[in-house]
Formats: sequence, C-alpha cells, structure tokens
Amino acid sequence: MKNVLTAALLSFAATGAMAAGHCAAGKTLTDGTLTIATGNPAYYPWVLNDAPEAGEGFEAAVAYALAEEMGFAADAVTWVRTSFDEAIQPGAKNFDLNMQQYSITPERDKVVDFSAPYYTAPQAVMTTQPVVDGGAAPTLESLKGLKWGVVASTTALPVVMDRIQPDQSPLVYDDNANITAAMQAGQIDAALFDLPTALFTAAVLMENGVVLGQFDPDAAENPDQFGMLMPEGSALKTCVDEALAAMTDSGKLAEIEAQWLQEATGVPLIK
Amino acid sequence: MIAGVSTCVALALVVVLVPLAPGWDAVRASFFDGEVFVRVFPDLLRAFTLDVAIFAWSVPMIFALGLAIALARGNTNPALFPLRIFGAVYVDLFRGIPVVLLVYLVGFGIPGLGLPRPWNSPYIWGTVALVLTYSAYVAEVLRSGIESIHASQRNAAICLGLSERDTMRYVILPQAIRRVVPANMNMLVALQKDVALLSFIGPVEILRQAGIFKSLLANFTPYVAAAVIFLCITVPATRYADYLMNRDRDARS
Repeated sequence: MKNVLTAALLSFAATGAMAAGHCAAGKTLTDGTLTIATGNPAYYPWVLNDAPEAGEGFEAAVAYALAEEMGFAADAVTWVRTSFDEAIQPGAKNFDLNMQQYSITPERDKVVDFSAPYYTAPQAVMTTQPVVDGGAAPTLESLKGLKWGVVASTTALPVVMDRIQPDQSPLVYDDNANITAAMQAGQIDAALFDLPTALFTAAVLMENGVVLGQFDPDAAENPDQFGMLMPEGSALKTCVDEALAAMTDSGKLAEIEAQWLQEATGVPLIK
Repeated sequence: MIAGVSTCVALALVVVLVPLAPGWDAVRASFFDGEVFVRVFPDLLRAFTLDVAIFAWSVPMIFALGLAIALARGNTNPALFPLRIFGAVYVDLFRGIPVVLLVYLVGFGIPGLGLPRPWNSPYIWGTVALVLTYSAYVAEVLRSGIESIHASQRNAAICLGLSERDTMRYVILPQAIRRVVPANMNMLVALQKDVALLSFIGPVEILRQAGIFKSLLANFTPYVAAAVIFLCITVPATRYADYLMNRDRDARS
C-alpha cells in the first residue's frame, strides 16, 4: 500500500515536472507558474518602462532567463509588486521570488532567504555639475566635505558612514525620486547609488547630473551583491541557485548584463 | 472586584491565546526581538531628540499664527472684511491639504526655486509646512472657543468701558483659551506624531532611524522600540490634559 502511494506521489510529481521543470515542481505558490515580485514602481535599467512583463531591463531579462532555466515558459511567469516591508514581513508571501536590487547582508539573511548573487554592484557617487564646478573630485578627502543623501532601504548609508565619513550627517529619503528632488533643491550635494542606477538617474532624471566616481567593488570588504529574496526556508532556493549557477556557467548572465547594464568604463574609481 | 477579575481574565486570554496562533514565532521574531531592541534603542532615543526639538520650535509659531488667523476670521469690522476672507481661505486650504503633500510641496518646492544654503534647509521648510497645517486646525479650535463665550460677557465688558481690543484681550480670550485646552492638547499629541513626516524630506528623526534599522536588519522591532518611546511622551501628555480638564471643571462647579 505504501509503495503504491509513493509511486502515485512520484508519478504526480513527474507530471508536475513536465509542466514546470525538474526541480521547482510543487514548490511554487501556484503550481506551474513562477510568481516574481518587483518594486512599485520598478526603476530603469532594472526594468524598462515599469513593465517587467516585457522582459526588458536587466532584472526582467534575468527573471525570464531564470524561469526558462527552471522549466517555466515565459507565459508561466506572473509578476506582482511589493514594497521592501512586504518582502520581510512575517507570514505568507505573495511571491516565489522578489527581485528589486536586494543587497545580501548577513542580518537580512536571518529573516529571509537569498539566492546566490546575480549581480555585483559597484557603488557610485552621483552629484550635479555645479558641485563638480565647485571643486568636488573623486577622492575620499573631497567627498567628506559634501552634504550626502541616501535612500533609507538601501545599504548605501553604512557605506557613506563607514567609508566616506562625511563631516555633516547625511539626509535620508524614501526613494530615488526624493533624492533627485532634494538635489535639485540644493539640499544635498551628492548621493550614493549602485552604478547602473546612478548612471540612469544622472542622465535621465537630473537636469545636470554627473556620476563623479565609483568605488572599486573588488576592493570592498563586503561588496554589494544583489540576490533574489525568498521567504525564509523557501524550498525553491536550491532550484534557483542551481539555475543561476547554470546561467553563470553558460555565460547567459554575463550576456544579459552586457545587454542591459551600460558599460561603465568612463566612470573614474574613487581614491 | 468584578472589574478587576474581568480585566485579569481578558489579559490572561490575550497572553495565553496569542502565542498559540501558528504564526506567533515568526511575528515575535520580526517585531519583538529583544537583542535588536537593545541594540537600536539608544540610537532611536538620540534621534527622538530631533523630534522633540522640531516640536518645541513649531508649537509657539503654530499658536501665534493660529490665534492671528482665528482673530482675523472672527473680526466684525466691515473695513477688515478682506482679512476675514483671507482667514477663511487659509483654513479651508491648509486644513484640506494632506500634511504629507504639504511637506513635500513646501519642503522640496520652495527650496527648488533657488534659495541658497542655509535657507533651503529641509528643517526650515518642513517646519513651515507643519506650522501652516496645524495653525489652520488650531485657528478653528480657538475660534470655536471664542464663539462659545456668551455674548453677555462682551456686552458687560463694553458697559464697563473696555475697548473692543481690551474686551478681547482681557475678557474673551482668557476664558476661550481655557475652554479649548483639551482640544489643543489633542492637537499637540497629533503634532508630536506628525513631526515624523519631516523625515520624508531628509531629516533623520526617530521613525526614519527606525526605518533605516528595519531595512538593515530586516526586522520590525525598531518600530516597536520607536512606539515605546513615543508612548513615554504621549501617554503622560494626555493624562496631564485630562488632569487640567478635571481641575478646570472642579474649579468652575
């Protein structure tokens, strides 16, 4: 009897696997679909036009490549939107994976699960042309004298406090849009973002934005690595990590990065 | 006796039943992590001094402006009719706009016009936003107080030979203000919490500091710690308001 039951279960799992890959079968919220969460709004260049369904933008492209690797067809991917708080709240989640440039930190890892990193982000300093004209340079010495702004839910604040150690305490904002507004209002001189966000914000959202310099990610003690967030103890984690490893080995991940994240050779390293 | 027993039973039910909920362990880890609480508490307390400072310098301005608006709205001199219109428009406008919007609009918008430092500070313009909103509320509270003073008081003062100005200053206002103390205490408690809205435009006060810890630690305990600090201020404040109210009532009866 027990054998029959096991056989039945196995065959059930096998049919599931036909529909949804070898590993993730039965481990997603809805069988046969992969539910991925992004920010509201989702920002360029991670997601283009706030439309992740189109698969355009780095994270959207990674999401669809990952889904394919895990055996989900593109139309089996569902998108939802969450805030940072919804992603870490206790209780049931409405996503299998959450991708919105979450930096992996040991403290966060206690509460939620992270996949292997899919991107290592150099931190970059964004400022305005008048500040540069005023003598700001990509050196720690010069950066100390600036008035800083950072986004509260990112890991930028510890970097500003520990590495730059500014003379005045930084101002803290909810999101990139508010940083932009404060910079246009002349309330802050500089802001710390991951490099792709800094390049986009400086070029598109700001009138006279400049990316002053970037920190060498290889030199950082704990570089800023983005991971996909999953509920603590998610059964899906091993599948996601396997799929990401396969994408790294095949060069797929590097290819997506080259396609969507601007080449950043022009940005000087901060000394 | 009955009250005591029923309170104990209700409390016991909460203490026993809530932890039986299936998600309790996760909730406790997220909201009531003792280690996190101890770690963030000193920083939150330091950040709270900024709330207290903003509160302290806003309150005098709110009451001065609120009183001015209330008097402008309440004046009966036909020559000063434009002032009356202004008071009404001011109250309608600033009482009707959500505080958050006003904080953004004034905090980013006015400095964006090109003010130099330090005049574009978010502290200054955030305070202006709070003062605009709260003075509109306080003006209405004061006006209701002024209107609640019986007309015979005014008539008696005029019979005694007091000028209109002195009547307001020495007869009407002292009674009116005393009458609306509880309503104004409510305003102050609300203001104490709304001060936190200034964090939207940059200042790192207690709620922002708690938010920073929340995202670094992926844990909501810092918010609970912040709530504890808030309660330490607001509960005694409301109790004091109750005391004032009771004393005033006893004195009059």
